[in-house]
Order: sequence, then structure tokens, then C-alpha cells
Amino acid sequence: MPDRYPGYDVLAKRHTPSWNEQTRRVIDRRLAVPRTPRFLSDHEFATVQAIAAEVVPQPVHRPPVPVAALIDAKLLDDIQDGFRAADMPRQRTAWLRGLQALDAEAQAAHGAAFRALTAERRCDLLLQMKQGALKHDSWGGMSPVNFFKQRLLHDIVEAYWSHPTAWNEIGWGGPASPRGYVRMGYDERDPWEAAEAHGDADAASRKNRHVG
Amino acid sequence: MPMQRPERTAMLADPLAEPRGKDGRAPDVFRPGGWVPMRQYRESEPVDFLIVGTGAGGGTLACRLAEAGFSVVGLDAGPWFRPLDDFASDEAEQSKLYWTDDRISTGANPLQLGSNNSGKAVGGSTVHFAMVSLRFRPEWFRARTLLGYGADWPIDWREMWSYYAEVEQALKIAGPISYPWGPKRPRYPYRAHELNAAALALAEGCEKLGVAWSETPLATLSAPRGLAHPCVYRGFCVTGCSTNAKQSALVTWIPHAVAAGAELRDLSMAGRIEVDAAGRAVGVHYFREDAWHFQQARNVVVAGYAIETPRLLLNSTTDRYPDGLANSSGLVGRYLTVQANQAAWGLSKREIRSYKGPPSLALTEHWNYDDRKDFFGGYCYMSQGPLPQLWANTLATARGLWGAPLMEAMENYNHQVGLKIVGEMMPQANNRVTLADDKDQYGLPIARVEYAWCDNDRRLIDHALDFMTQALQAIDASDIWQQTDDTCHINGTARMGIDPRTSVVDADCRSWDIPNLWICDGSVFPTVGGVNPSLTIQAIACRTANRIRALAARGELERRAHV
Repeated sequence: MPDRYPGYDVLAKRHTPSWNEQTRRVIDRRLAVPRTPRFLSDHEFATVQAIAAEVVPQPVHRPPVPVAALIDAKLLDDIQDGFRAADMPRQRTAWLRGLQALDAEAQAAHGAAFRALTAERRCDLLLQMKQGALKHDSWGGMSPVNFFKQRLLHDIVEAYWSHPTAWNEIGWGGPASPRGYVRMGYDERDPWEAAEAHGDADAASRKNRHVG
Repeated sequence: MPMQRPERTAMLADPLAEPRGKDGRAPDVFRPGGWVPMRQYRESEPVDFLIVGTGAGGGTLACRLAEAGFSVVGLDAGPWFRPLDDFASDEAEQSKLYWTDDRISTGANPLQLGSNNSGKAVGGSTVHFAMVSLRFRPEWFRARTLLGYGADWPIDWREMWSYYAEVEQALKIAGPISYPWGPKRPRYPYRAHELNAAALALAEGCEKLGVAWSETPLATLSAPRGLAHPCVYRGFCVTGCSTNAKQSALVTWIPHAVAAGAELRDLSMAGRIEVDAAGRAVGVHYFREDAWHFQQARNVVVAGYAIETPRLLLNSTTDRYPDGLANSSGLVGRYLTVQANQAAWGLSKREIRSYKGPPSLALTEHWNYDDRKDFFGGYCYMSQGPLPQLWANTLATARGLWGAPLMEAMENYNHQVGLKIVGEMMPQANNRVTLADDKDQYGLPIARVEYAWCDNDRRLIDHALDFMTQALQAIDASDIWQQTDDTCHINGTARMGIDPRTSVVDADCRSWDIPNLWICDGSVFPTVGGVNPSLTIQAIACRTANRIRALAARGELERRAHV
């Protein structure tokens, strides 16, 4: 897929009026998230990576968004969502049990851990989870459907789109304080916003070099 | 090491870890690292009013009661932020504004709680509300009598009309000169904001379908006010305004409350209201800085919003009140009424970039005022501007996308256009808040929230989705889809009324059972209407303050006059 916003890098705005000190601090911390697990075990961490590869597949030509590391950090901090279904445990327990159950399902169906499966088989197991077709005892009363939607999908998606690399791909303006925006109408772009290729990648690329 | 602590360290101290409202001072929300003096009351001396919660209800009431000369202490479970210092321009970081403590959500249509409907901060959820400031349609105050559903409010709309005007002035609401729906009202104090492309798309759709639209009256500045600048259209409104343009309780009622002599205590979680042998409230047990405290009071006001308010009342049982306080009717926690929050989404050929500006700059209330429908109640719908995390989560959990289809759909982010309702759901006794067996970090039983839609709710949702889909088709949007399962705002678990058997509080927000126990937040709503509740909650709080002054002047605060 060609770059929709060629050459756009939201981090180029780091020292412009669009970023204040507290925002720089927060984003720096996120970019520096340790790439090794602190809450999960190595195996659990690798399993989250394998799941994330199916949910938010990333291009190979750039450094990946460290989805598993961001989820590990969320579990370490243990900030909850503010609600859970009656058949869902709190998030730490939910993730640990869900990963264990997914491995148990993989073993039962294919004789190997989830992360050792082919992409096709991983995808198929996730689809079965979404559709409520997984019934192994190791779910321990937790609903696989709720786990898929409220934990797995929710946490992976929020982790991925909390990262500047993901913002570049969708052409979002990113942090905007104290400077917000001025041009708000149809097809209007402030000079500090991403320019869309619209068939002329070079022109967009030139504009995107100057968002900072 | 030298003993001197640099000022900067104090300024950057973590407001989630250390209380700021103490030692005779409070954070100055208008100056980085600043402080203002704050009166301090002794716990052992009863204050006139002890208010639990400092949001749209409690913050407003604290201000008006302090201005009237009462001694006031306010408790809030959340931190006391200085937006200029503490708010990053980042969705994930700003989830610190939400009430993310454990709650169980169940029923046929379980609610999603936390982010869009519950705040945990001084200022409550007004710190992250979308600033939409609308008046109720007059008939809604007599919904049962005039419209045939729900329940009547014990307050006349004409009285509310003057309190609405009072709140609109207090928040310098930016809105149009003349509003297309309802009885006459004064022009809004500040001029309306410029429309972004998302709002222009709403307007275009309305014009194609032949219904009126308007600039949304918003609680964000369109002109300077004191130390606050006009809105700079950052678009992070629902994750907290870092420039103070948003007129939240945190930067309006609360600084005024402190200046008028109220004391507010942050990071203070109320656990139990104490009642004496005579059955009167005498104070509140609250947790702060690793210890339980007890503040004495002549009157206790509960203003924790429609989940924490009934939770506190139900957690305060005694031998005399085994079912919780103010609950002789059995209605505490019942009639939880949220609002429908469904959306239609599509793609525009033009760049919309809806992340710029307040998310809901234009709206239509057409279906709140046109009664030719096959359901009770009404709805408005507004333009939308979800930031990337929220949008990705919507595509994943509501549209069911993951893998390559999700990545492709996200690439269209800047071309998304959406319309979303705030729709009136019917009050139902079985939609309710009760206590679960699980405990939270304070050792208190957590709330169990049960919700199911009724047929009327579904008819309203179907009507709205159909109409908004037509509006998107009319502007040639492509790839239109419907988000069918969202809700917003929580009201109605301690409803007001004229009969102690069928309501929890009277029109003055005073509980029928305990004359010095009051409830002042969205919990008191008998019906919710088809508009966002914050303006009405603040209007009710202003009215309650006036009524309390009148009752005090007549010597009727101590005991209820016989009717």
C-alpha cells in the first residue's frame, strides 16, 4: 500500500508550539517503553506479540509499534477501564487466563502453543474466540467473546494507536497544545498538518517536510 | 542534601498521589505552579454543608452556598488538577480523568462506563465533558401529563428557564443569537464558534432533508475571559482542556467556591454517611492520605453522579435504615436512565479532519420538538470528532474490524464524517445500581450496574439511525455504517418528585426520609430528555442553593415544615 501521507512524521513537531513540556514527557516515556516484559512472562509476552500481529498487522519497512510492551506496561500500572462484565475478572487476571486458555485451545486443536502456529491457524482461533466457538475448560467461566472484544481487541487497538508511528499512517495532527488549529473547513489544512498524497506524492512529501 | 525544595518540584508533584487542597491553600488553576489561599475547617466542628462530589452538581452548589455565607466543605475522590501543568495533549495519558475504579456492568444491554460518562477529579466529569450546553424542552418537565410517558418533574419549566439563563451566563456559553427550537431565550453570552468541516457536513445534511440545524451552544470560550484564552480548536476536549478555554466546574464554580470561603478536599473518598440515633445525618467518613477521617456536618449533600450517589447511600446502612439512607421508597439506585448514543458514520471525498475544534460544533434538535414519531421521547444529533484511539476502538469493537481491514479503514481517518445522537431513554425501575460482593481499593463494596433497553428505546434508536443514515446519503457519503450499541450520561437513581412513596428527594433535592440529607446531581432526574444533562444539573444546583437560602431564612433547614 503506498504511503497516504508520504514523509509525514508527527515527531517533527516535537519542538513546535504544538507540543508542550508535559506532552513531550508523556510521549518520550511511551517511545522508551522497555521492550522486555515486566509483568508478563517471556512466553506470555511473545504470545501477545503473536496475537497483535494478526489484529494490527504492521509493515516490515519500518520499526514496529511495540504493542506487547505497551500492554505489558498497562498491566504493570494496572489502570482499569472503569467497568467489566459480570463474567469478566479484572484485567490482569483476564489477560493471564485468556493467554493460557488460548494456548490450551491451540494445543487441543493443533498440538502446539498459540505462538508456534501458522498465521492462518492463529487467525482462525481468534475468529473462533470472537464467535464464541471456543469452549476449553481453561477459560474458567470467563466469556471468550467478552475477552476478545473487551480485553484483547480493545487493549491492542488502544496500544497501537497511542503510538506516533500509527498517527503518521493516518495523517493525524497529533499533540496540539498550546497551538491548536486555525483552518477548519472542508479540504483545509494548516501548514503544521499532514498533507495527503492525492496522487502527487512528491508535492505532499515536500509539504510534510515542513510540518515541524 | 540541602533542605530547600525547589519550587519546580512542588509544581510537578503528582496530583494523583498527593492531595493539593490542604494546609490552607488550593491549586490556582489559572497559573502554572500557582496557589490560592483556602479556608480550612476543623473536622470536629460541624460545617453547615458537607458536599460529596465536586462536579456539575456539587461544584456548583458549593459555590452558591459559600457565596450565600454558609460554611462549606467539599470532598472529591479525584485529584485537583491544574490543567496548564497537568494535562498532556494525549488521549492515553488523559484517561487519568476518568473514574476507572472497579464496577460490574451487566443486564441485557450492559453499559460501557468509565471514559465518556464518569469523571474522577475535582470538577467531576465536567473536566472531560463535550461542553454541549442545552436546555430541556419545556414539556419534558411534565412528560407524564403532557407527553404520556415517564414521570413529571416537581419543577415548572418557567422557573428552570431563569436558572438556565443564570448558568449560561456563569459559563459564558458560546452559541447562536437565536436558537431554532423552543421558547424564546436570551442570546448566548458569547458568540458561536466557527464551524469545522464535520459541522458543515451536518448542516448540509439537515438542509438537504429539510430540517433546521444550529451552531451548538458550547461551554468553551469564543472570547477571552479573565486569565483564560479563547478556544484554540485543539480538539482534545473530551480528554481535558489544557488551555482552560473549556468552562468546566474546575475553572468556574470551584475557584469561586474557594474564594467565597469553601474548603475542598481532593483525593478524599467518601465511604459512609453517619446518622445519629435521632435519624439525622451528622457527617461523613472519608479516606484520605492512608487514613479514614470523619468530618462533622449539619447537612450532608451527596453529589457523586448516578452510580456513586446510590452506592454511598446503599453503603451507609444502619439498624434504623437497613436498606440504605433515604431509601424508604425502595427507589435508591432504581430508574437508572442513560441516553442513547448511536451513530452513523461514512466517508467523504473531501478532507474532513474532524479532530480539529470541539467535537460537536453543530447539531439538530429537530426530533426533540417534532412529535410525529412512533415512539416517546426525542433525540438531538451532533457532528463528531473522535481522536485516533477512540476511533480505532470504535471500528474494532463496534464495527468488528481487525487485521488488514482495520488498518485500511483507519487510513481513511481524515475523511470520516459522523453523526451521533443523544437520545432519551425511558426510565425503568429495573435498570438499577446495587452493591456487588467485590470490594474496591478502599474496601468498599463496588457498584453493580444493570441495564436493559425497552421497546421504546429500540424504536427511538431505529428512527435516529435511519434518519442520520439518510443525512449522510444526502451529502454523498460512502461506506456508511451504523454504530448501534453506545450510550452516554447516567441519571435518575434518586429521582425527585412530589410523593415520598414514589421519589427519593423533593423539588429542593432534599431527601424525604432525612431532612438534613440532600442529593444534588443527575441522580435526581425523573426523566432525561434528548439533550446532554450538564446544563440542567447545574441549573438544578443553582435552584437548590436558592431554596436552601430561603428555607434557612424561614428556619426550616432544621426540620421540614408540615405541608
